[in-house]
Amino acid sequence: MIVDDLSVTALWWAVIFSGFYHGINPGMGWPLAVSAALMERKHSALPHALALLALGHFLSMLAILLPFSMMVFLVDWELQIRLVAGLIVVGMGVYLLINRRHPRFLARVHPARLALWSFLAALAHGAGLMLVPIFLGLCGYAQDDVGHEAAQALMTSNIRLAFLVAAVHTFAMTAAGAVIAVFIYIWLGLKFLSKAWFNLDILWAISLVCVGCFGIYSAFAGH
Amino acid sequence: MNLRPDPTFYASPKIAMQAPVENYAFTVMLSPDGSQSDGIAVVDVNPKSDTYGQIVHQVIVPYKGDEFHHFGWNACSSSLSPLTGHAFLERRYLIVPGIRSSRVYVIDVKDPLKAEIHKIIEPEEIFEKTGYSRPHTIHCGPEGIYVSTLGGGGEDGTDGPPGIFIMDCETFEVIGQYEMDRGKQDKHYDFWWNLPQDYMVSSEWGLPPQFENGVVPEDLLSNKYGHSIHFWDLRGRKNIQTIDFGENYQMALEIRPAHDPKKSYGFCGVVVDTTNLQGAIFTWWRGDDGTWQSKKVITIDPRPEDPENLPPLLQGFGAVPPLVTDIDLSLDDKYLYVACWGLGEMHQYDVSDPMNPVLAGKVEVGGIAKGANHPNGKPFVYGPQMVEISRDGKRVYWTNSLYSSWDDQFYPNDEGGQMVMANVTEDGFALDPDFYIDFPKGYRAHQIRLEGGDCSTDSFCYPSA
Repeated sequence: MIVDDLSVTALWWAVIFSGFYHGINPGMGWPLAVSAALMERKHSALPHALALLALGHFLSMLAILLPFSMMVFLVDWELQIRLVAGLIVVGMGVYLLINRRHPRFLARVHPARLALWSFLAALAHGAGLMLVPIFLGLCGYAQDDVGHEAAQALMTSNIRLAFLVAAVHTFAMTAAGAVIAVFIYIWLGLKFLSKAWFNLDILWAISLVCVGCFGIYSAFAGH
Repeated sequence: MNLRPDPTFYASPKIAMQAPVENYAFTVMLSPDGSQSDGIAVVDVNPKSDTYGQIVHQVIVPYKGDEFHHFGWNACSSSLSPLTGHAFLERRYLIVPGIRSSRVYVIDVKDPLKAEIHKIIEPEEIFEKTGYSRPHTIHCGPEGIYVSTLGGGGEDGTDGPPGIFIMDCETFEVIGQYEMDRGKQDKHYDFWWNLPQDYMVSSEWGLPPQFENGVVPEDLLSNKYGHSIHFWDLRGRKNIQTIDFGENYQMALEIRPAHDPKKSYGFCGVVVDTTNLQGAIFTWWRGDDGTWQSKKVITIDPRPEDPENLPPLLQGFGAVPPLVTDIDLSLDDKYLYVACWGLGEMHQYDVSDPMNPVLAGKVEVGGIAKGANHPNGKPFVYGPQMVEISRDGKRVYWTNSLYSSWDDQFYPNDEGGQMVMANVTEDGFALDPDFYIDFPKGYRAHQIRLEGGDCSTDSFCYPSA
């Protein structure tokens, strides 16, 4: 049980760190928060923009995690589900490695519709998929605790878990993005904007492959 | 793909002004009769260089008769828009359309001294994928490279209205038409936008039969050239409002929005008011109710002239019209430069208050029935035309050809091409006697682009303050 507790803790840290990781990626929106505050000439536009970006990201996480949380009816197929989920995540990573083009439809979103943009950007980059193996790992532990209760109870607990994972992740993401946006807006200035903008595309794709592989490994390893 | 954004992408106009100055300029070399191939001249503009003020390299294209006019970059400061995800493009390629041939060249200028053709897009591809012809102005924006065209389909470009098409910013593939709802727009010339505020403004010259063989005097006097500007929902691709300046305001050409994306105004130059031969500048702005407004804020009077000194086209008027053919706005939105191609003058207006411009400086060189020499004593044929301002606002470059067939009508005795530069200092605005480029024999000079961006290419996504 001590090993299990440690693993659960590790998985929760993974949820938080993936949040930080998404948050520092300019592709997830912090430059928009800086831009909003400068365009509207008021400080309060910055947290407002961050909140909208967070909302979009949160919904995008849920859109991916909820379907998986409802698959507990297929409890006998847990191994297969986790294998397929892992493969999908690896597949997304490989796709992003091969297709390095940015989705053009993101450029069609009106600049003021930040929540929609954030939702679509997270979806297009597989941000939610990155959480799936971690989430399924946590579900596995939760199932052990709940034992073989009714599927209904299991599903309820998994849905609750999906909300919690998405919320914790989004909170970490928003915090990381906010730190960068506030530093640039108040102290560092716009010159730093292009300096802080690293090309994370390849790293991002590799991260998806790694997380997917972890999912496949942990499916076989039992958790 | 870079790991960091190109250092010549600037978040705001202010940062662009503070960046290192240009070392090279790229200028169109145009063979007016199509006897030679057109090209791009690479000009050394670094005063510390031994070859300062000289053409140090030429990219001459394989075809003849393209008629180069305007051109632009594959990527600019708009790449820093967080919405588009193109921060890691390079400002590396010049997109150069031929307005007579409808062919588009992509020229790699990574090393300006070894600039070379990277790709040629044949006219058939443009006709087939867009239904447009005669590509003209280039801007890099959301979804890729936007190219305005002057002609629709068919042999003479009048089968359907002209418009804008989009090219992929990495592969340079032609994607297709931009417009989803063009409203009243049936002619085209220039366009520009404000990316964060999500609006675009476009203007009108005339249809191909109205310009390709020269200005058609009957059309001009019956006010058949363009006199409206169109406002668009940029990402929605819809014409949301058309402002008609009045039919006497013939040829509403260059659109210059304020560079600072916080501002919602800009300028448009009108070549000639047919009621009095004046040149005019309109300021357009978004009113408190969200609709677009415009007002004439600058007029430039014609100069009376003895008809026998005038080209046949103007003899009946006994005057030289100013002919406002190009305007350009400095990155701090302070000075608007207005080329009076007929008068032979370059005006500098202080437009700090865009509703009340003040003439701050003036340079006289060339001109109809005047032909003022450059301060170095050498000739400057035609008049000041395509103007480009350095990012720091201290140097203003210009050339002298308008359009091959129009040059010959307004200046029937002139031939050649020059590029000159004026300094903007505390003492005023004056031509630099040491910067004068005489183009190779048989070539005229048209649009200028500056290394690292200039005042008519870069669109900014963040305000200056």
